Amino acid sequence: MTRLLPHPGLSALLVAMWMVMVNDLTFGTLFLGLVVGIGVPLFTAPWWPGRPHVRFLPATAYVGMVLWDIIIANFQVAAIILFKPNRDLRPAWLTIPLELTTPEAITVFAGTISLTPGTVSADISACGNYLLVHALHAPDPQAEIAKVTARYEARLLRIFV
Amino acid sequence: MSGGGSLAEWLVSALIVLGGSFALIGSWGLVRLPSLMERLHGPTKATTLGLGAMLVASVAWFHLVDGQWTTHEMLISVFLFVTAPISANLIAKVHLHRLRHGEAAEPVGPAGTPAPPSSGIDWATHEAPHEGTPGDLVGD
Repeated sequence: MTRLLPHPGLSALLVAMWMVMVNDLTFGTLFLGLVVGIGVPLFTAPWWPGRPHVRFLPATAYVGMVLWDIIIANFQVAAIILFKPNRDLRPAWLTIPLELTTPEAITVFAGTISLTPGTVSADISACGNYLLVHALHAPDPQAEIAKVTARYEARLLRIFV
Repeated sequence: MSGGGSLAEWLVSALIVLGGSFALIGSWGLVRLPSLMERLHGPTKATTLGLGAMLVASVAWFHLVDGQWTTHEMLISVFLFVTAPISANLIAKVHLHRLRHGEAAEPVGPAGTPAPPSSGIDWATHEAPHEGTPGDLVGD
């Protein structure tokens, strides 16, 4: 089973993406989707060694939470752009210490930070232990770092195990 | 016109106006924010909620008015969500590099230049992979 499906999550995602792209729910498209979904992970597995195990239920909840946060933060940043004069703006660089270790988990964490408006991840330290983030308005950088760590990193630590 | 049809039109119109407003606010942020790093926050808005609302409007229109499901729009937002952080990251890295080398085309913003995370280590833009860092290709 693991030899035929080295990466069941990627297979499911590829089948779903194929169906969405073809936009047609028939046996023929599902069959072709399955061929892609089983074939691609099978042939690319050798180039993806040591990947972490992903727990899907918390991952789905995480995607939902991030989508909600994006909507809320959009309104906050829109308010900043429209009503806050530049002299009251407090942009700051945040150095976030990372507990995540796998490249996959750190990539998802950095992507989440960039997608939630108000913060953009700019760089990672060469040793991989710190993430450099630019915040549009952070009067209290330490509180912002604590918020991001508690809300996103703590959940990602439970997803990528 | 039937009640259902006009309700669908109201919903789709509201979503398009919402999306357009966010795209406009994002562009306005690009004009008025003080420096490159702050301006980078403007377009992020346009791609997330601005475009998201328009794509939901498109799905709602084809479902409620034409009575057919379209799913291509979801794929557009997925690809945007995957690619937007990467382009923002690359712009930020180039900016950091040029700031360090005094070649910045843009002035330093109000946040200044970022300090190294702690003594002896630096950000990946300034420190090439070497023995002991991830990506040194020794233990991988």
